[in-house]
Amino acid sequence: MGGKFLFDGRPVPFEEGQTILQAARAAGHYIPHLCWHPDFPPHGSCKLCVVKVGGRHVSSCALPARDGMEVESNTPEINGERRALLQMLFVEGNHFCPSCEKSGNCQLQALAYELDMSSARFAHFYPDRPVDASHPDVLLDFNRCIFCELCVRASRDVDHKGVFALTGRGIRKHLVVNAESGRLADTDFAVSDRAADICPVGVILRKRVGFAVPIGERKYDEASISSVAMEKGE
Amino acid sequence: MDSSLETAAGREQLRRVVIDPVSRVEGHGKVTLLLDEDDHVREARLHIVEFRGFEVFIQGRPYWEVPVMVQRLCGICPVSHHLAASKAMDRVLGIPITRSAEKLRRLMHYGQILQSHALHFFHLSSPDLLFGFESEVGKRNIVGVAAAYPEVARQGVLLRKFGQEVIRATAGKRIHGTGSVPGGMNRHLAVEDRDALRAEIDHMVEWSRAAVELVKRLHRADPALYDEFGRFRANVMSLVRADGAMDLYHGALRFRDADGRILVDKVPDQSYRSLIREQVKPWSYMKFPYLQQLGPDEGWYQVGPLARVQNCDFIPTPLAEAERREFIDHGRGEPVRATLAYHWARMIELLHAAEVIRDLLGDGDLLEGALLADGERGNEGVGIIEAPRGTLIHHYQVGDDDLVTMCNLIVSTTHNNQAMNTAVREVARRYLDGRKLTEGLLNHIEVAIRAYDPCLSCATHALGKMPLVLELADAGGEVVDRVVRD
Repeated sequence: MGGKFLFDGRPVPFEEGQTILQAARAAGHYIPHLCWHPDFPPHGSCKLCVVKVGGRHVSSCALPARDGMEVESNTPEINGERRALLQMLFVEGNHFCPSCEKSGNCQLQALAYELDMSSARFAHFYPDRPVDASHPDVLLDFNRCIFCELCVRASRDVDHKGVFALTGRGIRKHLVVNAESGRLADTDFAVSDRAADICPVGVILRKRVGFAVPIGERKYDEASISSVAMEKGE
Repeated sequence: MDSSLETAAGREQLRRVVIDPVSRVEGHGKVTLLLDEDDHVREARLHIVEFRGFEVFIQGRPYWEVPVMVQRLCGICPVSHHLAASKAMDRVLGIPITRSAEKLRRLMHYGQILQSHALHFFHLSSPDLLFGFESEVGKRNIVGVAAAYPEVARQGVLLRKFGQEVIRATAGKRIHGTGSVPGGMNRHLAVEDRDALRAEIDHMVEWSRAAVELVKRLHRADPALYDEFGRFRANVMSLVRADGAMDLYHGALRFRDADGRILVDKVPDQSYRSLIREQVKPWSYMKFPYLQQLGPDEGWYQVGPLARVQNCDFIPTPLAEAERREFIDHGRGEPVRATLAYHWARMIELLHAAEVIRDLLGDGDLLEGALLADGERGNEGVGIIEAPRGTLIHHYQVGDDDLVTMCNLIVSTTHNNQAMNTAVREVARRYLDGRKLTEGLLNHIEVAIRAYDPCLSCATHALGKMPLVLELADAGGEVVDRVVRD
């Protein structure tokens, strides 16, 4: 049984089983997200899609819509929380946008612009994460991993290879390659895999492409991440 | 070559005067002077006090990232690092780049020469030259120039802006663009950009001629100062085209001695290591390169405009070539060695850059044609370019996994390290020795350094295991612990 809820004061219809994020998107309202992807079930780990419902902060990608809900999303309080989450993601990894080949196509960077993040605010962790360049076609730069697990899910559920996994807990959590050597070259990973194109940041990169498309002419250089998401469904 | 005044005897008894920071240069440096009780200069050193680390943190990064990452060495001449790294990676990939790609890179590079030379002369150095070294310090800046000589300042600012526009049109941004990639370029010149630049280029050529005239007038007005200030003998080095022409984008290495005789010629860029060695001194983060066959005492050399204008056989554009001939004639058969002649030579290059840009803008290859090519992958490459301040060397080794395993950078200002120190000592000896020091007198030292247009940010890229001795002493001066790293 569907119904309607109020999204930032505007009525949004939903169908039975839709989450707040799905129903809001269908009605043309953008909610920021990183670990959520339209082709995969909700994951609820990045918390960028946080909204306020009945005084509680909840993940809109995971919470089913209910009739009569009042949802606050684009408010200073909620956007401030999202910005703080982004700032923590930035300092946990090594995100050096000026020389990153994903610049302009990176959802983390695009969301930072979208949410007016102007500084890192917190002390950088500067983790030591060597890259894996063993594969002939794909480079893994773990410095930029935000633990969304999209590559883990794509490789496991779509490619049926299980190439990636997260290991460790808390502050020691990190992305690993499922091979005894830990090297991508020792898996059956292929550049044509769904997992090769799913990374929202700059971890999984096709080799030797780099800056072939000029900075300034990339997806999020030309339009904000909210308009790309709503107009192209990405 | 004179290296006295580098290290004084009995240093602890001498009075120390410090110029910190040296102003109107890029980056951070300082000068220390040690004076005896009669105000005689006993020691003079230019120290570089920044510490960076590009050579190390580029290791382990994929080669295609390097031309974009290394240009962060500098905000004034990022194009030079961008292109030197690209040229080195072209070699790694075994790619002779396409005609269109080379012309686009040349356009970007000469835009860089134009903007950097204009910035240096008009914004940084003209206040000293127009007002005098000991003029009122509060007016000795570009704002003072704009008030006293508005047309000179306006032309300087607009020349620089034009150069920046050339860079934007070819690299995507005025600073830290991404137009050049290993193996070629990622964009053509847009027709509207070409047309906008063509509409202004004749002005730029004219204003560049006026800039050369301005420097010549300054020389004529006070030949005793301009021909003698900071004058000393030095070897010179630069790239030279195969036919002996000045070429700031590509060529082979040529050395001349202090008398202008060619010492070494036609050395391919890939063989630079057979020529150049670097010496480390304990009091500076900047190394001291020298021509190996002459050794560190005799083999140091100058790079940059003063070297280039006299090292080439001719400049391949007519207006700049006419100016070069006049400049050479000024030496009456001897190489021109005065430090302030750097400005004259620099403005000749400014004019040359404007002429090259004018000629290139009429070339259809900028607008269409293949931008990337294929080649046979290797593991090592050297890229050398004549940056605004002088010869810039990038050298990389790349593993089969595409990651950089070795990086060596020798930047223009590093080549000029000994020459700048010698200039500082010459000026200290001539103008400061035995006198009560004033701000204006100390500015003489800065004027000499400024003539080289040093970029101290670029020059301090190196990071490594420097030999280090750490001693912990107690209150009585007794060493209680000692750590040695060698």
